Amino acid sequence: MMSKLELKEDRMLEVQFVGDDDVLNHILDREAGAKLKKERTQLLVNTKKIIKKPEYDLEEDDQEVLKDQNYVEVLGRDIQESLKNGSAADGGNKVYSFQNRKHSEKMAKLASELAKTPRKNVSLSLKNDPEIINIPQCSKGHSASDNVQLKNNDKSEFLSTAPSGLKKRLIVPRSHSDSESEYSTSNSEDDDGVAQENEEDTNEVILNQKIPSQNRAVSAPVCKETPSKKMKRDKTSDLVEEYFEAHSSSKVLTSDRTLQKLKRAKLDQQTLRNLLSKVSPSFSAELKQLSQQYEQLFHKWMLQLRLGFNIVLYGLGSKRDLLERFRTTVLQDSIHVVINGFFPGISVKSILNSITEEVLNHMGTFRSVLDQLDWIVNKFKEDSSLELFLLIHNLDSQMLRGDKSQQIIGQLSSLRNIYLIASIDHLNAPLMWDHAKQSLYNWLWYETTTYSPYTEETSYENSLLVKQSGSLPLSSLIHVLRSLTPNARGIFRLLIKYQLDNLDNPSYIGLSFQDFYQQCREAFLVNSDLTLRAQLTEFRDHKLIRTKKGTDGVEYLLIPVDNGTLRDFLEREEEES
Amino acid sequence: MATSSVSKGCFVFKPNFKKRKISVPVEDYFNKGKNESEDSKLRFETYQLIWQQMKSETERLQEELNKNLFDSLIEFLRKSYSGFQKSSRDWGCQIKLREIPTAALILGVNVTDHDLTFRSLTEALQNNVSPYVVSLQAKDCPDMKHFLQKLVSQLMMDCCVDEETKEGSIQVAQKKTHCSMDSLSSWYTNVTRKTDPKMPRKKRTSSSQWQSPPVVLILKDMESFTTKVLQDFIIISSQHLHEFPLILIFGIATSPIIIHRLLPHAVSSLLCIELFQSLSCKEHLTTVLDKLLLTTQFPFKLSEKVLQILTNIFLYHDFSIQNFIKGLQLSLLEHFYSQPLSVLCCNLPEAKRRINFLSDNQCENIRRLPSFRRYVEKQASEKQVALLTNERFLKEEIQSLLENLHVYHSNYFLVLRCLHQFTSSLPKYPLGRQIRELYCTCLEKNIWDSEEYVSALQLLRMLAKDELMTILQKCFKIFKSTSEKQLGSTAKRIEEFLAQFQNLDEAKEEEDTSGSLSKGLQKTDLYHLQKSLLEMKELRRTNKKQTRFEVLREKVVNFIDSLVREYLLPPETQPLHEVVYFTAGHTLREHLNAAPRIALHTALNNPYYYLKAFATVVTAAEKMDADSATSEERNEIIHARFIRAVSELELLGFIKPTKQKTDHVARLTWGGC
Repeated sequence: MMSKLELKEDRMLEVQFVGDDDVLNHILDREAGAKLKKERTQLLVNTKKIIKKPEYDLEEDDQEVLKDQNYVEVLGRDIQESLKNGSAADGGNKVYSFQNRKHSEKMAKLASELAKTPRKNVSLSLKNDPEIINIPQCSKGHSASDNVQLKNNDKSEFLSTAPSGLKKRLIVPRSHSDSESEYSTSNSEDDDGVAQENEEDTNEVILNQKIPSQNRAVSAPVCKETPSKKMKRDKTSDLVEEYFEAHSSSKVLTSDRTLQKLKRAKLDQQTLRNLLSKVSPSFSAELKQLSQQYEQLFHKWMLQLRLGFNIVLYGLGSKRDLLERFRTTVLQDSIHVVINGFFPGISVKSILNSITEEVLNHMGTFRSVLDQLDWIVNKFKEDSSLELFLLIHNLDSQMLRGDKSQQIIGQLSSLRNIYLIASIDHLNAPLMWDHAKQSLYNWLWYETTTYSPYTEETSYENSLLVKQSGSLPLSSLIHVLRSLTPNARGIFRLLIKYQLDNLDNPSYIGLSFQDFYQQCREAFLVNSDLTLRAQLTEFRDHKLIRTKKGTDGVEYLLIPVDNGTLRDFLEREEEES
Repeated sequence: MATSSVSKGCFVFKPNFKKRKISVPVEDYFNKGKNESEDSKLRFETYQLIWQQMKSETERLQEELNKNLFDSLIEFLRKSYSGFQKSSRDWGCQIKLREIPTAALILGVNVTDHDLTFRSLTEALQNNVSPYVVSLQAKDCPDMKHFLQKLVSQLMMDCCVDEETKEGSIQVAQKKTHCSMDSLSSWYTNVTRKTDPKMPRKKRTSSSQWQSPPVVLILKDMESFTTKVLQDFIIISSQHLHEFPLILIFGIATSPIIIHRLLPHAVSSLLCIELFQSLSCKEHLTTVLDKLLLTTQFPFKLSEKVLQILTNIFLYHDFSIQNFIKGLQLSLLEHFYSQPLSVLCCNLPEAKRRINFLSDNQCENIRRLPSFRRYVEKQASEKQVALLTNERFLKEEIQSLLENLHVYHSNYFLVLRCLHQFTSSLPKYPLGRQIRELYCTCLEKNIWDSEEYVSALQLLRMLAKDELMTILQKCFKIFKSTSEKQLGSTAKRIEEFLAQFQNLDEAKEEEDTSGSLSKGLQKTDLYHLQKSLLEMKELRRTNKKQTRFEVLREKVVNFIDSLVREYLLPPETQPLHEVVYFTAGHTLREHLNAAPRIALHTALNNPYYYLKAFATVVTAAEKMDADSATSEERNEIIHARFIRAVSELELLGFIKPTKQKTDHVARLTWGGC
């Protein structure tokens, strides 16, 4: 009985929500609804099924092929379908009947909260204008249950005549995106019966939105997660449901067509490159012409470089080949350094090192990068016959775009006898430079749109779609271990095996030194812990193992290589032996 | 040698030592360019000559402009330092001793040019005040420790240059260990004591007048220092002031109030601040333009578009004179690089000499010049034929034309300045407040056709007598400064006008009754102006009789108008103007003020590249039935190309991977969120 009382309260809330002009219709409906009580219970069962089933579908197999369909189209079609089925005969009533049943079922737990602050709902509901606007439409449909068919026809007409209006309304709820997204997430919580006391206010908002939408939309909770996808078999849904489905959409409409669905294995870098090499580039003649056009600028670039400007190339397409050609045609007789900015291991330090060590033949070390820079600057200022060309591919790469790196490169480039020619690709690359840096660089900009693919530049990138093959660490592992004694290899293999055995242990932090020693002794690999330690030092030098102090102060050994690589390594070792 | 590797990113290429010795001279690149044309060597030399002249001129200007500022600064430093010297006796000075003498140097917002200013300031100070000049930047001093470290290392580095290297290395080693004000002051007493006996040195003659020179600390960007560092430093150093005479110079970009905003009263009361204002960069630009472009000293000229671009970059982007000069250099280079006839862009006697050596090809180039063709068409038919066929005749003609061009320019700038004198004081500045604006309009078109000019003349017709006379006097000076023949008479005319105005004074008393009108017109705000204009119309209609002043004024205005119409013709009207005017504004903008985003956008708008991957999906689907055997492979390829497209978009910064959902990326630009 309590629940019934609360039910009534809910209903009153509903009236407030609907709006003044339809209060009368609504009351009439309630009487009709009372007659249909039996039907309602049956319907409830149905809805439960309908609700549950698609949900599982969604969760369990994501990869189900869903038909992409235009919203308006879907809405229109469903109307017609419902007309054919005849189930639309009580389409209007159904909405209300669900409302009641559902409340008794699902809202009961939240009802107490509702009862606490029933007044607030009024004000809150006012905010949801899109829903208010729509309620008259549907309630009209229910009020005259005799000529539903006619009404439905009207509706379909309305749809076909004013799809743009609908579309507009689809956009409207975006402004409510905050509350709405909360709605979609909290819905599942409600199903679980989790009522959050501390989020009373938000829940109220949620409830307000939920009441109309849940009442009217049978499949609303289902489609919340993938609103743009329509369930083909969801034939019972009618216009209103679809409408609120749209409104319940969370803010981002993303496709769930993932690459996994293509059932295509992730490609690794090598196969990717092989595949791409098969593609004959189109428009090659035009592209060639374009690059020839740029090649004519080479001498001008040289001139301008020599006159104290530095050159930056921008525009779509890889400029690597262009710079390479520049290098081979005009820079052959001068000292130059090519810097691959896109190389993930690049740093200013390494650039400076290659200048000091290889260009200036200096074998000392420096206290800091700035010291090194000062040294280079002085060196170049002292010896004016010294000339150096710097070619930087992708000055805007992840590794070089930092403020400090740019400052240092800028200072280098401001030297009279260091000439810099660089390329940038990132859209926001110029943001790296403030006025001070720009005046250091003294850029001349050249647009060189080449349209050529960024093959080299992206090959290092950990693209989300390319499988990390791990071939690099594997080969280095093999190389390092080949140079070791059989005993050392045995020791390392022991550690690998132990690590692989503990794959599933989430709290695995490594093999403690003592245990390891024990194992090694048992395998006749070492005779004292000193020899083991000597071996470990060797491994550590090659960065093959890492040691960690556990909480108990014991040293733990770990191989910082991913397990797949280790397994490959073991397999190969076994093959060889 | 390959330049791609999985293990390193830097590749050094050193040619053989023998080869390296032959360093290619710069002018070779000038020659080898796409237009291998005449006289490139000569052109390059001319370029270098003019550029060197321009550069030294700008440097000289800079120096000149800074001179006043530096002089007053040095004067201030001297004064405050002498305070240090005699302080010990008098009690009032003892109070003052706690105050650090501080010069607040207001420089304006531009940062890039300030480095130059500070460099020359340091130099000037080192020559005149003290060898111990240190300049610090905020970014080097995030906290007190770094602040002191930098200060100490710079100070010691400065004087270690003079001292024995052994000592220097000790000190450098020392600097890392501890840097406190104590060590600084002890170092200071050490140094001053040490240098005392060695005083009769060449280098320090000027600074030797003081036994212990002060330490000058320049904070280049005072606003960006953290307040705590500043406060601490000021408090500490004021404690040590008696043993470590410090003078501060703040570089301020905004306004002097910032000092009080950054420092609480307790701290700022420790400073004895004096304000110095540097020249604003706009004035600087005006001077540079005046000395480099509005002169016949340099033959090279900029067209209206180019000048507009350069000033726009200056006014809307960086306020940097250096950048402006860079743009000027680039336009100069471009001009000499792309225009073969720029070989004649040099001073007149040299150009005349060069004309005689022009090759046939170059003559042909001249004949092809649009301005020259226009000129030829105007000539009589025999002369036309001669010009187009006879090289000798052509060369003579070119000589005279170049001379005309030169005369045109010298007149042009005189009249331009004169006109500027008239228009720069008008209310609402119809023709611009700066001479560069006036210059731009004059370059663009016939200025007398513009509405602004008409309204300016109208306003001129309402000038009061004394205003008119001061302007005329200025104009007189302008014309007097030159020795040009044609405009010498102009100076005479102006002199006559001035005399007539003077005579008017005496005659005026008699007609004082009607003279009230001119008094009423002295007001210059717009409302009154319009009102008086109307009134004047009425008056004209009613009593046609003008005062003698009005007649004279009318004469003056008409005279100016005729000058303008005669001499301020746009350069396009002059034959051979292409020789000296650089017009390719678009290249300049491309190279200086590029828009990489637009380039990317337009490139991507050209859909053939990025849509290619997806288009093949469609075409492949169609072909699938035809050759199903290779369809698997084809799919692979499509997949691969899709992956490439995605990773390229990622490289370009259009998308980034999201962690929220598998395989999804977030759009970063153009409406994405």
